[in-house]
Amino acid sequence: MSTVIEDRPVADAPVMSARPALRVPITLGVLGVIALLAFGLGSDSGMDSTFNLSFRTDVVQLPDLVVPTKGTCLVLSLLCLGIAAYSYFLATRLRKTPMWLTALYGVAWVFAFLVWAIEGKSTSLVDLLQGSLLLAVPIAFGAFGGVFCERSGVVNIAIEGQLLAGAFAAAVVASVTDSVYLGLLAAPVAGWLLGLLLALFTVKYAVNQIIVGVVLNVLAVGLTSFLFAAVLKPNAETLNTPPLLQPIAIPVLSKIPVLGPVLFRQTIIVYAMYVMVVVLTLALFRTRWGLRVRAVGEHPEAADTVGIQVNRTRWRNVMWGSATAGFGGAFFTVGYIGAFGPEMSGGKGYIALAAMILGRWTPIGSLGAALLFGFATKLVSALSVLGTPVPSQFLQMLPYLLTIFAVAGFVGRVRGPAAAGVPYLKG
Amino acid sequence: MTDELVPDQADAPPAAPPPKDPTEDAAASWLRRVSSSGSTVTVLAFVLALVIGGILIAVVNPAVTAAAHYFFAAPLDTFEAAWTAVSEAYSALFRGAVFDYQADTFAKAIRPLTETMTVATPLIIAALGVAVAFRAGLFNIGGQGQVIMGASLSAYIGFTWHLPAGIACVVALLGGLFAGAVWGGIAGVLKARTGAHEVIVTIMLNYVAISFLAYFLTTEAFRVPGSAEPKSRTVRPEAQLPLLFGSQYRVTWGFVIAILAAVFVWWLMSRSRIGFQYRAVGFNPNASRTAGFSVQRITVYVMLTSGALAGLAGAVQLLGTSKYLTDGIAGTIGFDAITVALLGRSKPLGIFFAGILYGGLSAGGRFMEAVTGTPISIVLVLQALVVLFIAAPSLVRTIFRLPAPDAELKGATA
Repeated sequence: MSTVIEDRPVADAPVMSARPALRVPITLGVLGVIALLAFGLGSDSGMDSTFNLSFRTDVVQLPDLVVPTKGTCLVLSLLCLGIAAYSYFLATRLRKTPMWLTALYGVAWVFAFLVWAIEGKSTSLVDLLQGSLLLAVPIAFGAFGGVFCERSGVVNIAIEGQLLAGAFAAAVVASVTDSVYLGLLAAPVAGWLLGLLLALFTVKYAVNQIIVGVVLNVLAVGLTSFLFAAVLKPNAETLNTPPLLQPIAIPVLSKIPVLGPVLFRQTIIVYAMYVMVVVLTLALFRTRWGLRVRAVGEHPEAADTVGIQVNRTRWRNVMWGSATAGFGGAFFTVGYIGAFGPEMSGGKGYIALAAMILGRWTPIGSLGAALLFGFATKLVSALSVLGTPVPSQFLQMLPYLLTIFAVAGFVGRVRGPAAAGVPYLKG
Repeated sequence: MTDELVPDQADAPPAAPPPKDPTEDAAASWLRRVSSSGSTVTVLAFVLALVIGGILIAVVNPAVTAAAHYFFAAPLDTFEAAWTAVSEAYSALFRGAVFDYQADTFAKAIRPLTETMTVATPLIIAALGVAVAFRAGLFNIGGQGQVIMGASLSAYIGFTWHLPAGIACVVALLGGLFAGAVWGGIAGVLKARTGAHEVIVTIMLNYVAISFLAYFLTTEAFRVPGSAEPKSRTVRPEAQLPLLFGSQYRVTWGFVIAILAAVFVWWLMSRSRIGFQYRAVGFNPNASRTAGFSVQRITVYVMLTSGALAGLAGAVQLLGTSKYLTDGIAGTIGFDAITVALLGRSKPLGIFFAGILYGGLSAGGRFMEAVTGTPISIVLVLQALVVLFIAAPSLVRTIFRLPAPDAELKGATA
């Protein structure tokens, strides 16, 4: 099964090519022209767009940010076109466009869109940012779980099921014990149990990893829905009314204007996400453990030759990754909504998988992709409240189209761990 | 035998050769062969899944829980209550799926079987689509989106185009086929041109299709005039699939289409030149490239074929069973199709029976929920467990202490 999760293109073209790679500059250019025509020239002059910079409940209210719609859109779209032109210049010199420039481009483009979309109206910038962050949390944890597994060579499609199992366990345990923290501990255990099955079937019995993942998702949906209907629904007040995690304001940091309340007045799950991204990055790329894991994921035979136990490493990583994804699932219940509902993960596990690939199998990249996805989703709901000329159904496609676009346009040729998806059989 | 579900090993050896040991007599050798064969494992996988499902049903049953409170005083009560709960649930499952022996007339008694066929029809067709992709080494998780697009276009053709009877239905079916092919083809083109992974692209396209469907149901072109309900007009009678066994049962000619589709896929994958290329690319893309196949082109063709079958499944579901479009038109056909394809080991005949089994489990599950109150989601658990156990035959053999087939002793490679 060489064709399972790996991002090697099936293209017949050779890898080495002297032609300048024009895909990125052309994409940037086309989008820039769209921004100029639609947002810059398409908006009325004399209108303003207003951003609120404080939550209504904040003690210290910052003044609103008011910008002229047309002028701002023109400046931002010209900036985008400038970056596109520079990217073209680099491409003709056979050089890649630096990541930070692409990121700057993205921010400018999205901001231009935002300013255009709320022409004559106002929206809360802090609310938008906080919503994006919260929507990104389960996706990020799912993607970290995926990084753990895939870096060691096991494809984890079961992230969706692990999130769901985590959400279920957190809700039930927190309700029964009336302790939100015990719920938080139960979530990774539930994910871990699913991971046990994943490792048993993929590592020990060498069953195709995607098949096992897909089936484990069905199992998780079936089990949680069954237990919900048979046990939780009739006893909702004792088993499915968990306490909610309360936000903790971090001294000093939470006082930073705009970003402070957004980033540092959150629940412990969000802080765990910050810690996780740092720890996982350091562990994967700066420790002996990380080197071994990556060796196992890239070339298990070589790793085995130098004495690394391939399948034991995989078992361990699948357990860690599944527990991580399960922990993220707790966000759905004790971290956000409270009560468990059937299939409440709503496909976020699959989005997490996409975020991991988009983030090139790195924790930081995964977090970035998760935030991007969270932002797109939050933006859509904010815009549908405001009312835009585009039907809301088309806005709802935006995050998914963005993902397809990103996978096809920018990371298409990026490779994942070489041995991901291939069981290792010694002999 | 680690890879029994994997397309690569589609043509497994027919049976393990008889053991060489001369002391073993014919009967023992036969017994040995039967107990290590694939079909025995399949049956045992079922038994295991039903046992685990039964434990779940018993554990959550209120009567069982009540009896368990005085377990040490009268332990038999608990087992009796558990037996009652499980046997009632499973017999209701059987009555809803195959034969209702409590019905007054024979015609009513076999109705469950026809319901099973009705539910199985789109599942079989969509699963054939998944299997074609599987065997070419591609994972089409986007069945759901392709079913939705197929159903949408066939509905639109079905209620707007005024065509004579017979032709109308065929054109609407072809419309569904076409829409599904386009939706699958997008993923194929992106995979071939940019290397974008088809698992991600097809999953995302599912969501895009759901949004499209929601949009369609708000437009004048689809909606019932004067109604605000998110529901389309009903397909004209000429475009509907005719009933197969008369008005007593819901089975339509869609079931025959499913059989024809299975035969077609068998021919395509086993007898045609293009099918050979599909399998070759799935088996080893690099070797195929060396042999002069255009892997890019074949990737696109595979996704077109796969999507077309899923689109046809959507059209059959719409023109045969539901007759108008709602946001729940696709149900979970697209996702169930993946498990059906896995259970059927990506072979047309296997998929046919796996589809019937799934249809039976869902039809029976609904009946079971209505009669005994056992939540239908137990069916999902059963389905998942069966596929898991079938995928890992060595686990089932270990549990039942069966001998390993000779093929496995030699060491199968993944």
